[in-house]
Amino acid sequence: MTDTPAPRHIPDRLDKPLSSAIFSWEALLVVVAVAIFAVNSFASPYFLDPWSLSDLTFNFTEKALIAFAMALLIISGEIDLSVAAIIALASTMMGMAVQAGAGTPVLVLIGIVVGLGCGAFNGLLVTRLGLPSIVVTIGTMSLFRGIAFIILGDQAYKGYPASFAFFGQGYVWWVVSFELVLFLVAAIIYGFVLHRTSFGRRVFAIGNNPVAAQFSGVRVGRIKFILFCLTGLMSGIASVLITSRLGSTRPSIAQGYELEAITMVVLGGVSILGGAGSILGVVLAAFIMGLVTFGLGLLNVPGIVMSIFIGLLLIIVIAMPILWRRLRGGR
Amino acid sequence: MKNFLKYREIWLLAAIAVLIGLISTRFPGFSDPANLRQVFNDTSILMVLALGQMVVILTRSIDLSMASNLCFTGMVVAMLNAAHPAIPIPLLIVVALLVGLVLGAINGLLVWRLNIPSIVVTLGTLTIYRGATFVISGGAWVNADQMSPDFIGLQRAAFLGIPVLSWIALLVIALFFLLMTRTALGRSIYAIGVNPTASVYAGIDVGRTKFIVFCISGMIGGLCGYLWISRYVIASVEVANGYELNIIAACVIGGISIAGGIGSVGGAVLGALFLGIISNALPVINISPFWQMAISGSAIILAVVLNARGERRQGRIILKKAEAA
Repeated sequence: MTDTPAPRHIPDRLDKPLSSAIFSWEALLVVVAVAIFAVNSFASPYFLDPWSLSDLTFNFTEKALIAFAMALLIISGEIDLSVAAIIALASTMMGMAVQAGAGTPVLVLIGIVVGLGCGAFNGLLVTRLGLPSIVVTIGTMSLFRGIAFIILGDQAYKGYPASFAFFGQGYVWWVVSFELVLFLVAAIIYGFVLHRTSFGRRVFAIGNNPVAAQFSGVRVGRIKFILFCLTGLMSGIASVLITSRLGSTRPSIAQGYELEAITMVVLGGVSILGGAGSILGVVLAAFIMGLVTFGLGLLNVPGIVMSIFIGLLLIIVIAMPILWRRLRGGR
Repeated sequence: MKNFLKYREIWLLAAIAVLIGLISTRFPGFSDPANLRQVFNDTSILMVLALGQMVVILTRSIDLSMASNLCFTGMVVAMLNAAHPAIPIPLLIVVALLVGLVLGAINGLLVWRLNIPSIVVTLGTLTIYRGATFVISGGAWVNADQMSPDFIGLQRAAFLGIPVLSWIALLVIALFFLLMTRTALGRSIYAIGVNPTASVYAGIDVGRTKFIVFCISGMIGGLCGYLWISRYVIASVEVANGYELNIIAACVIGGISIAGGIGSVGGAVLGALFLGIISNALPVINISPFWQMAISGSAIILAVVLNARGERRQGRIILKKAEAA
């Protein structure tokens, strides 16, 4: 017994054949995006214009910023329905600060800190008390927006400083808006964190089997808490952007954003049951949703009808691979 | 006595009694039976919706599309009534139930046949059904003067001193009570929520049962479409926008576990009543209605904290300790 077996090499990642990349979710999304892009450019002569395309990005950048953090949260098996309410509360706080004479840096700080605080509150309730996140965040959704309603009622805050307008309306270079740059930077950071760090691996591990992850030494509670804080933080940042873009605050601001952000995440191929997904998918889904709403907008389709397309897109894109697999499986 | 106190409904009933008592100190007329009947009538629609949502949540699913279903079906019956006032109201109610059933069956089929998680399906149909309301109505409203007197008047008519709307709610409550406690379907719904795998081995068709619960919640959504429109006498695309979360909130406050398998008809009814009492009480005790949202949010969080204490599984305690160390 002299020949001890050589230590088995365990690869970090399994080798993927090229075919799996071609039939991957992201490839499907690229096809859908290109198709919608082509249809749009045929349907409207105004579509293929740099400024049009730049305007298009405003349709999704704010929601996508939240969707990145939400993707991590959903992969870990939790969800946050309170993100739009966090936007409302953070925006209201910024509005109060404006009335008190705060300058732009203070406003941004307030938006971010309020967002982070709300996220931490959700995280504490979920991880410390062991409550289901869907119920907790339905509760905090009412609570956060409710506080905004108590403060503002049917009033609105206006009078944001001129320099504050840059975040939601400013351009960094030519047609490249500040929001778009922020979107791209966030996409790279979240993609790196999720797919290239041990933190990201732990997020996947928690989503696949929280009990096994706990026994493997992953601090499940702490990581989930961090993810809730991140989602709150991104909502705070989105609040700064949207408040700056609109230049006013009403308590009904960003109504329904939570469902759009979640739609974006699910359309991006993140499993709503947790444990699977990619940031690239979410980026593509953001573009698709932006393309659909903008293209239909150019054709004078009302917003409520666009939502039909988004809803159909969500169900069809999810159902298609399942039907495809079934057809090939001969069932 | 100890067994008696274990029931969640008793605690909820006590909380409601305390709530009514507190409100009465500020506004003595509130605990008047006539006023309480009025509150019950005001809450009827929410109670019925909460029951429809309850059977879905019990099977570990969720129906986010109920309010959109309500909006769509309400528009259908309102437009039918405006175009053909001769159609008798009972027939319109049957139409509402059928339209609701179809919308619910679409949800159910997608969940059953394609195995798509219900939260994804109903998130999609939530936007689709409301969008479809815009398509059929062209964005126009149906106003009170376009509706026939019978359409508006039926639920306001009193029978034995109680409005028909309340009678409908009582009937639905009774039917759900029978369904959940006296039928095999009711037992299957609970079984699936407690343990889907074991249910399969026990011979329960999990997929088909889920399909049925979505049909039930769809029919309830349709019924409430008529009730809502005839009560608030306006049909528009904005009807009950965002109301799906109120329905779920009523269920959560009523002690229905979002993880499935735990909950009762009494809980759902009391949860809805709790929210109804708050929204009725705020104006009479001079608190701005803008407080309502924050109060119901706090009530949801409080309810889920209290409920979780009873539900926590013993097996995880070792891990909790390990995590804390």
